[in-house]
Amino acid sequence: MKKLIAVVLISVFCLSSCVEDEVPGLQKTNVSLNFKHNWDGAAITNANFNTDKYFTAEGDELSIEKLRYLISSVTFHKENGEAIVVEGYNLVDVTNNENQSYVAPIQVPIGVYTNVSFTFGFDNTDNIEGAYTDLNSASWNVPMMMGGGYHFMQLEGKFINNVATEVGYQYHTIKAVNNTDPMNLVFQDTFFTVNLGEVIVHNDSSIDVNMNIAEWFKGPYQWKLNDWHSMLMPNFDAQVKMYDNGQNVFSLGTVN
Amino acid sequence: MKKVFYIVVTLLFLCCSKDDSGATPAEYVPTPLALDIPPLFNQKILPPIIPFANPQTVEGVALGKKLFFDTILSADSTQSCASCHASANAFTDASQFSDGIDGVFGNRNSMPLFNMAWNYDEKFFWDGRSFGLEQQALEPVKNPIEMHNTWGQAVTDLQNTSDYPNLFQVAFGSSVITKELVTKAIAQFERTLISGGSKFDKHLLGTVTLTAQELNGFSVFMDETKGDCFHCHGSNNNPLWTDNDFHNNGLDAVFIDIGLGEITGDPADNGKFKSPSLRNLAFTAPYMHDGRFNTLDEVINHYSEGLQNSPTIDPLMKKVAEGGVHITAQEKADLKAFLFTLSDYDFINNPAFQN
Repeated sequence: MKKLIAVVLISVFCLSSCVEDEVPGLQKTNVSLNFKHNWDGAAITNANFNTDKYFTAEGDELSIEKLRYLISSVTFHKENGEAIVVEGYNLVDVTNNENQSYVAPIQVPIGVYTNVSFTFGFDNTDNIEGAYTDLNSASWNVPMMMGGGYHFMQLEGKFINNVATEVGYQYHTIKAVNNTDPMNLVFQDTFFTVNLGEVIVHNDSSIDVNMNIAEWFKGPYQWKLNDWHSMLMPNFDAQVKMYDNGQNVFSLGTVN
Repeated sequence: MKKVFYIVVTLLFLCCSKDDSGATPAEYVPTPLALDIPPLFNQKILPPIIPFANPQTVEGVALGKKLFFDTILSADSTQSCASCHASANAFTDASQFSDGIDGVFGNRNSMPLFNMAWNYDEKFFWDGRSFGLEQQALEPVKNPIEMHNTWGQAVTDLQNTSDYPNLFQVAFGSSVITKELVTKAIAQFERTLISGGSKFDKHLLGTVTLTAQELNGFSVFMDETKGDCFHCHGSNNNPLWTDNDFHNNGLDAVFIDIGLGEITGDPADNGKFKSPSLRNLAFTAPYMHDGRFNTLDEVINHYSEGLQNSPTIDPLMKKVAEGGVHITAQEKADLKAFLFTLSDYDFINNPAFQN
């Protein structure tokens, strides 16, 4: 009987502790976003770089040597329309296995969110020329002749071209710019919002964000590396196509 | 019983009195010394890396400078660090390869020394084999084709001098010299070797105007369809003028020296070497890890039409099948003019860095 009472008391204590820890909207918690990468489902880390080969939708065989990209303004959307915006940014560096887990710099109330989103790259308010010392130190800048500010992504490697020769590619995404007339640059926004969908935030929640790298080459524009593999930063049309293809790149993974 | 009590209390009092007498010496603290950080560095990039275990001090830097220029560290007392790292050459060697005390030459060009506290990954040497400046400083003394000494002998020689034990005492609070303290002092001095006063720096600060040719050269440097130098060599927003990373820049189709690959064991790193800073090119010839190019013209020609393909060539080496990006003769001249604006005469003439 004593044992039974002890078990009941411990259970009640544990239960009450849990309830106390996870009162929706009252208690705040750390939330981390873990960026994971794949090629149509096959996991990719920097261990796969250089050696492993992948085929694009167009049939181009490529390798990956560098991948880093910028995300900013993670936002937690409530059903009532309220949004909790986490100011800040994170440069995901897959090549060097750095910043692939991003702990939001503010705590977020535990509870149900109808959507968690972030910006791929910087929006125009945040994309300030030379403003961020860590990004400057990482040589992440875009030259002023292309509008300044910062890169959104650098994906590099080699592919086999149409004469069976291995050639480098540099799939760099920035704000699209037509700099044909240096005195009159024409821009088009290419940052975009990634909507991950509903997320239930628990204590110390961990949200996996998956990037399917193959999607950058898949659709709606089926990328032809033979046509576009190099000097893509000042290529306005290429940047717009990258923006289009980027819409399907990210998805929500496991949430803990 | 009372007697025992009084004896114990008296003893305790005496013990306390002894402790409070001030006999315990205060820990020796040398004089802190802040780095003289150029304004653009403060504005644009992350703070320098200074190890917690080796803070900059007036006494440590002075000792490090003395050691840097002292031949006592070499086995026959004929070479100092400065023998291969001359201040007039932005602390590199004007020769392609440096000869050690036995007249044996190495196979890499001596690296220039400046702004090393901003090497954020702290990988030093052309192949990044040393982590941290203190570790880097351990190597030349014992390298058989450089100073060809042993650390045991070097430390003994220093200990037997009349002045060094006291200098270590004031720098580190110990007159017992160790190789760790020697390299700490040298590293402190090396961290003061800061170059941030070039013509281009002054242009960015608004105190100097560049010529039209120099400005055109900067455009070639920043233009992805022309020089595209900025991806690896910094920009007006990264005054280090290096990404501190390792690249195969298309020097060879077949490697004699595999560089980073020798250190990591990863064939994908074969032929990769550290991007050097483009500061002070007016003083640092010859160029590249093996000093193969005597002039800046040769360097520019290499990137324009001399690229050699190999399995690990960096994807940023564009148009390798055509030998390079093929900029015009005028663009080459402009680029060269711009690159020379990154040279810092105040740095090489700074009396604090002279023997």
